[in-house]
Amino acid sequence: MKSAAFEYARASSVAEVCDWLRDGDDDIKLIAGGQSLVPMMAMRLTRPARLIDINEIDALKFVAVEKDAVRTGACTRQCVIANDNSLAKAVPLIRQALEWVGHVQTRNRGTIGGSLAHADPAAELPLVAQILNAQLVLRSFAGTRTVAANDFFEGPLATATRADECLEEIRWPVWNETRTGSAFTEVSRRHGDFALVAAAAQVSLDAGGKCTRASFGLAGGGYIPMTFPKLAARLLGTILDDEVVQSVVNDAAAEFDPGGDLHANAEYRRQLAAVLATRMLRAACEDARKRR
Amino acid sequence: MAENKNPYGFRYIGAKRRTKEDPRFVTGCGRFVADIALPGMKHVAIVASPHASARIVSIDTKAALAAPGVHYVLTGEEFCRDTDALAIGVDTPKVTRYALANGVVRYAGEWVAAVVADTRALAEDAAELIEVEYETTQHVVDPEIAVKPDSPQVHPAHGTNVLFHRRFVWGAVDEAFEKAQNKVKLRVRWGRSSTVPIETFGVAAQWDAGRELLDVWASIQMPKFPDQLARAMRLPGNAVRVHYDVDVGGSYGVKRGIKHTVLVSYLAKKLGMPVRFLEDRLENMRGGDMHGPDRLFDMQAAFDNDGTIRALKIRALDDVGAYAGRSPLQLGKPVSAICGPYRIKAVEYEPTSVMTNKTPQEAVRGFGQAPTNFALERTIDHIARHLGMDRIELRKKNLLQKEEFPYLIPSGSTYDSGDYHAVLDKALAAIDYPSIVAMRDAARKAGKLAGIGISTCLEPSGGNSAFEPLFNPKNDTTTWMDSCLVRVDLSGAITGIMGTSSAGQGHETLVSTVVGEVLERDPATVRVIRADSLNALPSNSPVGSRMAIMLGGAAAGAARIIKETLIEIAAHNLGCTIETIEYKDGNVAVRGHPEKKMLWDDLIAIAHRKYHKMPPGLEPGLQAKFVWEVPTGGTLPTADGVAQIYPCYSFETHIVYAEIDRETAKPELKRYVCGHDCGVMINPDIVHGMTYGGIAHGIGAALYEKFSYTEDGQLESGTFMDYLMPSAMEVPMVDIVDHCTPSPLTTFGQKGSGEAGYLGAPAAIANAINDALAPLNASIETLPMSQNDLWRVISAAGTGSR
Amino acid sequence: MNEKLYPVTVEVNGKPRSTQVPARLSLVDWLREELRLTGTHVGCEHGICGACSIMLDGEPVRSCLMFAVQADGHKITTVEGLGGTDGKLSVLQDSFCEAHGLQCGYCTPGMLIASQALLNTTPDPSEAQIRDAIGGNLCRCTGYRQIVDAVKLAATRLAAQKK
Repeated sequence: MKSAAFEYARASSVAEVCDWLRDGDDDIKLIAGGQSLVPMMAMRLTRPARLIDINEIDALKFVAVEKDAVRTGACTRQCVIANDNSLAKAVPLIRQALEWVGHVQTRNRGTIGGSLAHADPAAELPLVAQILNAQLVLRSFAGTRTVAANDFFEGPLATATRADECLEEIRWPVWNETRTGSAFTEVSRRHGDFALVAAAAQVSLDAGGKCTRASFGLAGGGYIPMTFPKLAARLLGTILDDEVVQSVVNDAAAEFDPGGDLHANAEYRRQLAAVLATRMLRAACEDARKRR
Repeated sequence: MAENKNPYGFRYIGAKRRTKEDPRFVTGCGRFVADIALPGMKHVAIVASPHASARIVSIDTKAALAAPGVHYVLTGEEFCRDTDALAIGVDTPKVTRYALANGVVRYAGEWVAAVVADTRALAEDAAELIEVEYETTQHVVDPEIAVKPDSPQVHPAHGTNVLFHRRFVWGAVDEAFEKAQNKVKLRVRWGRSSTVPIETFGVAAQWDAGRELLDVWASIQMPKFPDQLARAMRLPGNAVRVHYDVDVGGSYGVKRGIKHTVLVSYLAKKLGMPVRFLEDRLENMRGGDMHGPDRLFDMQAAFDNDGTIRALKIRALDDVGAYAGRSPLQLGKPVSAICGPYRIKAVEYEPTSVMTNKTPQEAVRGFGQAPTNFALERTIDHIARHLGMDRIELRKKNLLQKEEFPYLIPSGSTYDSGDYHAVLDKALAAIDYPSIVAMRDAARKAGKLAGIGISTCLEPSGGNSAFEPLFNPKNDTTTWMDSCLVRVDLSGAITGIMGTSSAGQGHETLVSTVVGEVLERDPATVRVIRADSLNALPSNSPVGSRMAIMLGGAAAGAARIIKETLIEIAAHNLGCTIETIEYKDGNVAVRGHPEKKMLWDDLIAIAHRKYHKMPPGLEPGLQAKFVWEVPTGGTLPTADGVAQIYPCYSFETHIVYAEIDRETAKPELKRYVCGHDCGVMINPDIVHGMTYGGIAHGIGAALYEKFSYTEDGQLESGTFMDYLMPSAMEVPMVDIVDHCTPSPLTTFGQKGSGEAGYLGAPAAIANAINDALAPLNASIETLPMSQNDLWRVISAAGTGSR
Repeated sequence: MNEKLYPVTVEVNGKPRSTQVPARLSLVDWLREELRLTGTHVGCEHGICGACSIMLDGEPVRSCLMFAVQADGHKITTVEGLGGTDGKLSVLQDSFCEAHGLQCGYCTPGMLIASQALLNTTPDPSEAQIRDAIGGNLCRCTGYRQIVDAVKLAATRLAAQKK
């Protein structure tokens, strides 16, 4: 399990990365934390001719909490994100999700942008990005563009990132409604494994307990992590009673089209999707009720 | 912490003592095979078959040979011509096996070619350039199809896929079934898993042409390994030197890379260069030939209304994969405890060992006993359910009473000693059984699935492999001795020498403790070293829970000879008889005359330097060997299949409380107590450690671990992402309750414990899960019980979906 | 053999170490095969078992999931660097011996790195915190119980030392 040979270049700035990526060469790969890329290279499932290391670019490592969004540099380590209290206050769902991501050693090295750019359909952070419709800033030699998460994920391990682009920054929308709650859970075989199914939700309530804003999503065994804006809209104006949650979740589980593998067949995954989505909407609602 | 309380009246045995081995491992100073760097060493990568069954049409190695850093590419044609086939445990001479396939591949992952290069990375580069053309042939992955005459044949020359089949009848089985007031019948399945040590198998070899000597360093745990290697290499036994001074990074049975070693030895000799092969994890899982039993049981029991079990019928079908090796014998060891800890006087046992196009099976912790215990314990629970009887009451009724030992079981082995009821009662008290019953009932009332599982199981120990002649009439081996050499040097320091390697069992601690006990010298001062195969005394290696008994017994025997020699020297020099000598802490005095004494150093000096003071007839120097035959060993089985197999029988009971999330089917083990009696524990920390580890391994076998195959015969759990070993997050806090019933057969009353925990955990967990499912009238009889499987039975019972 | 070599200089256990490496050489292979620091072990090479855990700039990471060239300019601590310079065992190492928190010793270096990292930030860890900290390290021998005991013991001893 030794990687095939490649050339290595350590980038010192995003501009340098963009310059190297200019030709849009498919044989070039960026490496951030490498927690998914390196095993794939060791198994020779991927064999880039050239590896550009973005780990030493300080400009890609930051957390900036602003009124409407939390901005995170793409190469910020997952452990840094998880330990940032102001971030957790502004967008609690990220920390809630990170509790399910890998282990201490992988979070110390793994980055927030790397997880999104890798786009494993069972990974936790892409699901959060989908639910919040995070904005992803992609940079190339020609400039930057911002892609909404809902447009970013195109398939398993496939994103809208062009071969000449580098993910630079992720903007996580902050819901400023006072009574906003969120929850994340998943079922996996073992703790720290990729989810068989992950579910998360975020809702805001008005003073009367009626839902004013809602988003939820599912991941695992699917094509991409999914969020259901149209179904979530049906929750608005309700008190998130069992009946409406159940109806919305049933439709979501039907829309969520998970595949089967040796750990869980499609039918079991659909059941998990319904159960976990229900639980997370309830939990997010509970969480919102506690806040004022 | 370091409290030196000793329950047995020994000085060192049984006391809390640090091990001799731990310090080198916590400082990173272990010496594993991957740590051995031979000058100029080359590295091997493997080309493996992508097909479950195929003919090899051609192999083109040209591009690989031309690749950078490549020294050689070896294929089966040359290798099978120039080496001999590996040994087989049963009488199936046409089921030949070599490290490299020759013309035919029989499982996906089977080795087809080996590349030798300057680095492992370069060897992998070149391996990718080897072009093999295959013509696929019919394969079989289902053992129930494989046993049929019209199945595709894994080895057509053998004429059938069946390697071994026999129907043993011990006692009046048919009569008991005819007269029985009640009968149950069930089918249970033990899934294909293994021990999967964190260290893969590795081997380094070097051929010394000047001396005509092959040196081998390997992460090995295997009886008769040097002999098998020499035979396959067509070398005399004394041209192979296996170095046992290699730390083995876990084994629990499977570290038997004989095929790897013959391959690497051949390459080293052929090329005249040291060669190393460390399996990577992918090679290890697919082609390392270390899968465990994969077994289907059809169980029947005949019993009275009061719960008295009269007879058992056991049919076991074991899928050993594509080659034989020793694996059919894993159906043989359970004969030694075929009725479990119960008073069952008639047993029919019909084992069948069958080949399929899967990775071959290797010895796994318990050598087939854990699956058998699982099947027995599920049967006991079915009997209880049938009668509406409490499972503990049923067990207590049928468990042997302590007065009944030694107890001859129908298949011919005698259980040495035990107090099963006492151990069970202790465990019930430790878990506060009424409280977990209340917990379960409250959980059920709250709508949860909750259950309690109990198992009461045996661990045959002492490693007397008398199932070999039972399963192979051409094999009349009747000894599985072990030995130890103890030396006291001129400075008075003691060294114990053992002739095998260790994989975490603490043999250095064992030998030093025992020698220290006998000679009354601090074990911390006793050094223990490992000979190599050319200067070692005979050993059958740490298999079958044998080392505390066998190596411990041998070390004690050798130390006793030393002690007797010292007493003789003292008597001679003090002018008295040996009977009047009192030995204390290595010094001696004449009883009643404390002034007439000699110190340890005086006695050593005489032995080593002062021949004029030696008693006539004693040889100078101070060393003693002791070779010990397994107690109760030495006999062949009878023609009708009655055999005295293992000498000692440890007992364990597991009590587990589990809950299953009704909606997600996720199981959780919430309380876990194990009651354990392995006689006198030489080092309690070591025994407890192995037991905790065995339980964790058993949790894996019960809930998580499976070498899963597609219908095409492809392994789909060949990485650690898909083969799921439990982490600290899956293994609950386990409490062990000790009990001690000494064995009358061993030096200090010790029994074996190397397989402890694993032999009863899967059974108890399966019983707990089934107790949880009982209110749904659902059950699950297949291990591992994955969440998906649990969900299937829960939802089929009509309550899973909402 | 014309694979390009890259210079790396890494401070390993307090000492600067410099060599030339091919880009694809993993950090664990560099530590083991080139620096001969064989205490760090290879178990799976795909980031699951944790046997290769080391500290990179004080934080535990998997050294099979980094290339040696990526470590250039960083600081590494391996199991060989956990003890005192006088050769004495660290409190944690000694506690592993006292509680017999190991058997074959293969996963042990990774367990020590993971639990030392925990103790560095959490001097009085709960059992749940200990299990979480070693949750990414597989052990096949111990069933984890005596490892948990060893880490608890080390925490108690370290606390007593501070008093």
